[in-house]
Amino acid sequence: MSGSVVDMAAAQRGRGFAREPKPGGDMAEVHAELTGVKRVYPGADGGSVHALGPVDLKLARGEFYSVVGPSGCGKSTLLDVLAGLSAPTEGSILFEGREVAGRVPPGIGVVFQEDASFPWLTVQDNIAFGLRRAGTDAAEVDRRVSYAIGFMGLKDFRKAYPAQLSGGMRQRVCIARTLVMQPRLILLDEPFGALDAQTRLLMGDELLKLWRETGATVMLITHALDEAAMLSDRIGVMSARPGRLIADIRTEWPRERDSRIAAEESFGAITSRLWGLLRDETVKAAGMSGSSR
Amino acid sequence: MKRATWIRTLVVIGFVLLLEGLCRWGVIGRMTMIPPSEMADQLWKLLQSGRYNGHIFETLGNVAVAFVSAVVGGFVIGSILHSLPRARRAIDPFLATYYAIPFFAFYPLLVVIFGLNAAPIILIGFLFGVVAMIINTMNGLDRIPRVLIKTARVNGLGPLRTAWLIKLPSAAPQLFTGIKLAIAYSFIGVIAAEFIMSTSGLGYSIAYAFNNFDNRTMYALMLFIITLVTIVNAFFHVWERRIMARRGQ
Repeated sequence: MSGSVVDMAAAQRGRGFAREPKPGGDMAEVHAELTGVKRVYPGADGGSVHALGPVDLKLARGEFYSVVGPSGCGKSTLLDVLAGLSAPTEGSILFEGREVAGRVPPGIGVVFQEDASFPWLTVQDNIAFGLRRAGTDAAEVDRRVSYAIGFMGLKDFRKAYPAQLSGGMRQRVCIARTLVMQPRLILLDEPFGALDAQTRLLMGDELLKLWRETGATVMLITHALDEAAMLSDRIGVMSARPGRLIADIRTEWPRERDSRIAAEESFGAITSRLWGLLRDETVKAAGMSGSSR
Repeated sequence: MKRATWIRTLVVIGFVLLLEGLCRWGVIGRMTMIPPSEMADQLWKLLQSGRYNGHIFETLGNVAVAFVSAVVGGFVIGSILHSLPRARRAIDPFLATYYAIPFFAFYPLLVVIFGLNAAPIILIGFLFGVVAMIINTMNGLDRIPRVLIKTARVNGLGPLRTAWLIKLPSAAPQLFTGIKLAIAYSFIGVIAAEFIMSTSGLGYSIAYAFNNFDNRTMYALMLFIITLVTIVNAFFHVWERRIMARRGQ
C-alpha cells in the first residue's frame, strides 16, 4: 500500500476505526490482566496436558505487546483464554475490569493465523459481517466498510470473493473485518505466519499504522523475533511447555515507527537478546516433541 | 461453449443418430426398440392427449415428497450424528454398507404395514435418498474450518446463528452433493417401486406397456423420465457450478 494510505488515515482520523478520541495512550492504565492463569487439557491417554501457566500479565491501555516462544509452548492458548475462546483451568482474566469467563466480551477483536475469510461472501460482505450481526444501521455499516476497504487497499476488490485474492489480501480482509468492529483490545495470533517475508514486513507497517490509528491495545502472538522486535513496545518471552512468561523486554521505540527501524543498532540487540532467551527453550521444546531438528 | 461441452454434445447426438440408423435399417428389430424419432413423436402425442397426466403428476408428487423428506431428514440426522461422535462411530459401519441392502425386497412388508397406497413408494424413495444426505451432511460439517467457528464466537453468535450463518454456507458444497444424490435416488426408488407393485404412476405405466408389448408407449415414457431427470440434474449442476465458481473451485 502506498504512503497516501497513511495520509488518508490521518485525514479521516476519528471517523474510521477509532471509537472515540483516545486519551493519548495512558500507558499506566491496566487494560487487561491475567492472574495465575493455567490451562490444562485432557490428554489422549486419559491423562492431562499442562499447556499454559501459571501466567501473570498486565497489558496497559494502548500498548503494543508481543509474545514470542518456541513452537507448542502455549502462545495460542494464552490468546484463546484472554479472548474468552477457552476458559482457564485456574486463575482469573480481567478485561477493562470485568471477568472474562469463557466468552468473548464486546471490545475484543481477534485475527487468526489461518484464513478466516468466508468464501461464500464478497470482500465487502466479509468485512461487514460482524457489524450486520450486531445490528449496526446500514449507513454506518457502509461508511465503516468503505473506510476499511480504502484503508486496507482493497478498493478494486470490493466485489471479489476470497478465492480471487492472494493470501495477504485475504488476511487484510480478516483484519478489516476485525477493525470495523472498533475493538479496544486486538489479539493477533501469528496473523502473517502464512505470508512471505516481504509481505510480512509490509503488513507489519500496516499493522503499526492501524495501531496508531485506533489507539487500541494490541497483543501479537508471533514466532518471528524480528517481527516482535520491530512492532512492539514490550515483548514477553515464553518458556517451553507449559508456557510461562520468563522475560519481559521493553523496546523503547517511538510510537511513530515502521519497518525501517530494522536498520537501527538497537534492533539487532533486541533480537539477539530474544534469541539468547529463547534458544534453550526452543531446544527443550524440540526435545520434548521428539523432533530431530 | 467449451470444447468438452462440444464433445459431450456430439457424443450424445452421434449415439442418438446411430440408434436411429440401426432401428431404421432393421439391425435392431422393432419389437426390441423403436427409433428415437418415433419415441419423441409418441411422447409428444401422449403429452398432448393428457392420457398420462395423472400418472405423471402422481410420480412427480411422490418423488417430491421423498426427496424433500430425504434432504430435510438427512440434514437433521447428519447434524445430530455429527454432534454425537460416539453414536456416529457406532452407526458408521451401517452407513458404509447401507446401499448393499436390497430395499425392494422389503416392499411387501411395507405394503403390509402401510397398505397399498403411495406411502410405501415414498418410503422407499426416502430410504434411498436419506443416507446419501446424511453422509454428505456429516462430511460437510467435518470440513468446516475450526477458525470459522472461532470467528463466529468472536462475533458473539450463538449456536443457532452459527449453524445458519456459518456452518450451513460453509458446508454448502458437500450438502449440494447430498441434494443431487438424494434427487437421483428418490427418482430411482419411487419409479422402481411403482414398477414392481404399484397400480399407478410412471413406473407402473412403463411396466404395463412392457407387459402388453406396447413398445411405443413404453419407450415414450422412458424418454420422458430420462429427459425430466436430465433437466433436473442440469439445473442443480448449473446452480452448483455457480456456487463453486465463487469459491474458486
